[in-house]
Amino acid sequence: MIKKFVRTVFLIVCSLISVFPLYWMFTFSLKENKEIFGGNVIGLPHIWKMENYRAVIENTAVVKNFVNSMIVAVLTVIFTLLLSSMAAYALNRLVWKLSRFVYVLFLVGIMLPMHAVLLPLYRNLHSILNGYMALVIPYVAFQMPLTILILSGALQSFPLELEESAFIDGANIYKIFFRIIMPLMRPYLATTAILAWLASWNEFMLAVTFVTDSAHKTLTAGILELIGKYTTRWGEVGAGLTISVLPTLVIYISLSKSIQKSLVAGAIKG
Amino acid sequence: MQKALRDKKAICIFILPALIWFVVIAVLPVFQSFGYTFVKWNGITKAEFTGISNYIEVFQKSIFWKAALNSLLVALASVFIQLPISMLLALILNYGVRGETVYRTILFIPVVISSTIIAQLWMKIYHPNYGILNTLLKAAGLESWQQQWLSNYKIALVAVLIPMIWQYIGYHMLLFYSAAKSISSEITDAARIDGANRWQISFKIIIPLIAPMIETSVIFAVIGSLKSFDVVYMLTGGGPLDATQMPTLLMYTEAFSASKYGTASVMAIFVVVECLIFTLLIQKAFKRYRRE
Repeated sequence: MIKKFVRTVFLIVCSLISVFPLYWMFTFSLKENKEIFGGNVIGLPHIWKMENYRAVIENTAVVKNFVNSMIVAVLTVIFTLLLSSMAAYALNRLVWKLSRFVYVLFLVGIMLPMHAVLLPLYRNLHSILNGYMALVIPYVAFQMPLTILILSGALQSFPLELEESAFIDGANIYKIFFRIIMPLMRPYLATTAILAWLASWNEFMLAVTFVTDSAHKTLTAGILELIGKYTTRWGEVGAGLTISVLPTLVIYISLSKSIQKSLVAGAIKG
Repeated sequence: MQKALRDKKAICIFILPALIWFVVIAVLPVFQSFGYTFVKWNGITKAEFTGISNYIEVFQKSIFWKAALNSLLVALASVFIQLPISMLLALILNYGVRGETVYRTILFIPVVISSTIIAQLWMKIYHPNYGILNTLLKAAGLESWQQQWLSNYKIALVAVLIPMIWQYIGYHMLLFYSAAKSISSEITDAARIDGANRWQISFKIIIPLIAPMIETSVIFAVIGSLKSFDVVYMLTGGGPLDATQMPTLLMYTEAFSASKYGTASVMAIFVVVECLIFTLLIQKAFKRYRRE
């Protein structure tokens, strides 16, 4: 009985600590400084003050940053999935000499930290810095290894018969790939899409280094700017943070099971 | 069919876009980075070959070794504080409690939140005047415990460690949990019938059986710590007085503030090699637990 009580308390305390910062962010995004700094530090706001959100949306680039982050994330997901699924097919179904070597090359890439290539990439991508592709190109490159790995695992589990019978019916290899393989891989594509989306949305180092112009800045850089502008006004900062975390939370809450599964899958395979 | 699978043109169309993209953006720049370590260069004037002098310069800096030591301390804390908490949570959840899914979902939330948000929130938690930490201490009558958490030289490293550990507890918990779930219940049931209690089952059966997953977790935790950047960069920027300095932070300032590409690249390569060595060491340490 006591043991059970201790376990439950431990779980509840850990869970509270896990969500508390987010809860707190949400409450102070709706408060005035007087409440945040004074009497009502952790409670729900006395008056739900939407002005912070209005101020941030009207006076900062947070909406623009949000759209930019979306564009970068969507492009990252599309390119990563298309290139990786084709590569996975070539590596697992097509027969060629170097396929094993190329597969291992991609595997090694999973461990490669972005720091190692930050400076050369900054030089090599110089002409396209301050554009969406300055982020999309490296994000795709660094997301492909894990995606290829997960999709390869999926491909190996599909029986070859389907493809063979389609071939006998006269389908060529491209048709087989797009009409049979892609639909079969759909659940795995969803998994890897979530991973790619999260990686792109949350990436920090390249986001603040490669894109510094206000037209293309993503939320990461935008939030830092917003914080500089509203140093002492926590309500507005909270509103900005809440806006930037909203898509992640919505996706997470609606797909929490498959997100958890995909992140674990990524780890086991890696 | 076999002939179609060997079609050279199809092979090229399927693999080359991904392969070229990956090699040009991720593989070749590593060698480029390595090349930079042998030149003196500010990115504008002509690069000048200087042999290994960049290495000597970096390895003679005491601040670099301090940063390396700090990142090792972060790694140690991850392995010996973060992972045990994750394991405890995983074992409790694995045994079956009411609301298992709810706990799991909540504990995992910090993993999907970006470091930017996490750093900003913890900055506010630690704020000396209005931060929740000092406010709570005051409310509890422990005013003497109040601190300038991020600007006190003695505790800044611990203060930046906590959010980093907090961020990934749920991740490792989930890795352990799903590994434990995959153990066949016959094994644990048999042990239970033989009279083993919950702790015995956890420590004598589950933990040894999930050793491969523990290995993965340890590798992730160590590598993640050695290359930690985002949260520290935003919370302290390496200060005060380099108390929270990290090799990646030094690399970043060396590259983008001092424009010293050579020494910055030495630091980048150092982190890569360090990660590689630690991965091999951890794999070696876990070898005897690996099932054939």
